[in-house]
Amino acid sequence: MPNEQDIYEEHVLDHYEDPYHRGELATATHADEGKNPLCGDVIQVMLRLGHDGKIEEAWFEGEGCVISQASASMLIEAIEGKTVEEAKEFTANQMLELFGPQLTPNRQKCCLLSWRVLQSALHAPLDDADDDDAGPSFGGPSLSEES
Amino acid sequence: MPLDPHSIRADFPILKRQSSSGAPLAFLDNAASAQRPQVVIDAISDCYQRYYANVHRGIHTLSEESTAAYEAARETTRQFIGARSQSEIVFAAGTTAAINTVAHSWGGNHLSAGDVVLLTIAEHHANIVPWHQLAERTGCRVEFIPLGEDFTIGDAVVQDKLQALQPKLFSFASSSNVLGTNFPVARWTSMAHAAGATVLVDAAQGAPHQAIDVQQWDADFVVFSGHKICGPTGIGVLYGKEALLDAMPPFLGGGGMIDRVTTAGFSPTGLPEKFEAGTPPITEAIGLAAAMRYLQSVGLEAIEAHEHLLCQAADTALRNIEGVEILGPTPDKKGGIVSFTLDGVHAHDIAQWLDTRGVAVRAGHHCAMPLHESLGKSASARASFYLYNTLEEVDRLIEAVKETRDKFARGGRRRRRRSPSPA
Repeated sequence: MPNEQDIYEEHVLDHYEDPYHRGELATATHADEGKNPLCGDVIQVMLRLGHDGKIEEAWFEGEGCVISQASASMLIEAIEGKTVEEAKEFTANQMLELFGPQLTPNRQKCCLLSWRVLQSALHAPLDDADDDDAGPSFGGPSLSEES
Repeated sequence: MPLDPHSIRADFPILKRQSSSGAPLAFLDNAASAQRPQVVIDAISDCYQRYYANVHRGIHTLSEESTAAYEAARETTRQFIGARSQSEIVFAAGTTAAINTVAHSWGGNHLSAGDVVLLTIAEHHANIVPWHQLAERTGCRVEFIPLGEDFTIGDAVVQDKLQALQPKLFSFASSSNVLGTNFPVARWTSMAHAAGATVLVDAAQGAPHQAIDVQQWDADFVVFSGHKICGPTGIGVLYGKEALLDAMPPFLGGGGMIDRVTTAGFSPTGLPEKFEAGTPPITEAIGLAAAMRYLQSVGLEAIEAHEHLLCQAADTALRNIEGVEILGPTPDKKGGIVSFTLDGVHAHDIAQWLDTRGVAVRAGHHCAMPLHESLGKSASARASFYLYNTLEEVDRLIEAVKETRDKFARGGRRRRRRSPSPA
């Protein structure tokens, strides 16, 4: 079992308190939003993609628990400057590794929200609102609720 | 006589364990599901070890003994809620299954396009979704009574809705699973009857904590779950007035609920088996009866008083913590539930941090999304108490919440923009 105290290690709280590129990106070319309706976490990812296939700038906005917000900050920082192909190849497991502390299945869902939104934002150019906004589905456990 | 939680704790083996952090367990998630005393575990295991077989079917010793124990459980349940007859006691899979049975069987027969089902905004999803589904099938309408500013609902508001909407059914929880608010069941039932409405009471949060007398309530249907009253999962009770249940068509079809089946059709058997298709929850019923006897031996009045003591202590101390907002009325108007938010801290982070201190609480919307939406909250944390909880555990809850605030909400956590790391 992971020790829950480790989840909130300084590195995580640092990203939560002082996130990387949290705010609006006025020049975004691609963007999408995702929610975890059971906890109320919301993440928006905004990207400016260059003609050379690079993510020139990446920003996020969001509300929610420490894990959802800190992991978004880590992801945005990690993928900026990478190519679109590299970002698409970034897997859920790599996201969990990037976050660091081991998470229970329920909390993995919080950690993977921004990753899921990033993957769909890469396919969601802003001038084409009809683009598929569902994004790739993540087959992880749901944050189940009791009756 | 006040109960002694320390001697009661000895009856619950699970309370001896620790949380994954190594801290002793303070189990404050009882509104989701309670724990079981040894007598309940023993009753179930005794059935499986000595006399288990299917009921109502076999002409042999084990089946006779199992059937006798299953039907004895029905009689224990009848006494537990003061029903007139065993015919009025249907064993269902739980509160949710019981409400769905009424929605399909009674609702399908009595409601049509334009009819109104009246609920309160404080209902659990189990008492909302089956009515939405019924509305999709029949064209009936689901309406909600809003919450007052003090987290209660005044009689005048209920009366206005009953008059204005003339609902066919008024379905409400005896106590809110989030706010803890106790609603005046007998009074609202009488008002609803006067307005011509049938009444269903969701007693999932009532049955664990108060002696129920369905005849004094006079409600037409009363439903509750076994697992919240220290009984097994997979069983609940659907009480209905005999004339109503008798006139209702069966919901699930199968073995056990028929009188005769031919290639052309079937005729259902009588109450209560008409609503118990398939092999029923046999050991669950036997365990449920053991739980009811256990709670009665402790005394439901004593349990209610003890929970009130804990609720009062927790509510008062939480209100004194800066940044805490209580979702619920003052303790005199509620049962042993205290839901709260902490400014700047998500409910999941509260629950996760409390778990490191061994304190188990619920975080989320507690299957009451419309209520949370009406309160403008996406989630809350909920501490819920039962007979085995202690004032020391309340103290641990309070300490852990203070710690959470200090850890996550220091300086209001104003977010700055992080400068890019060196490449």
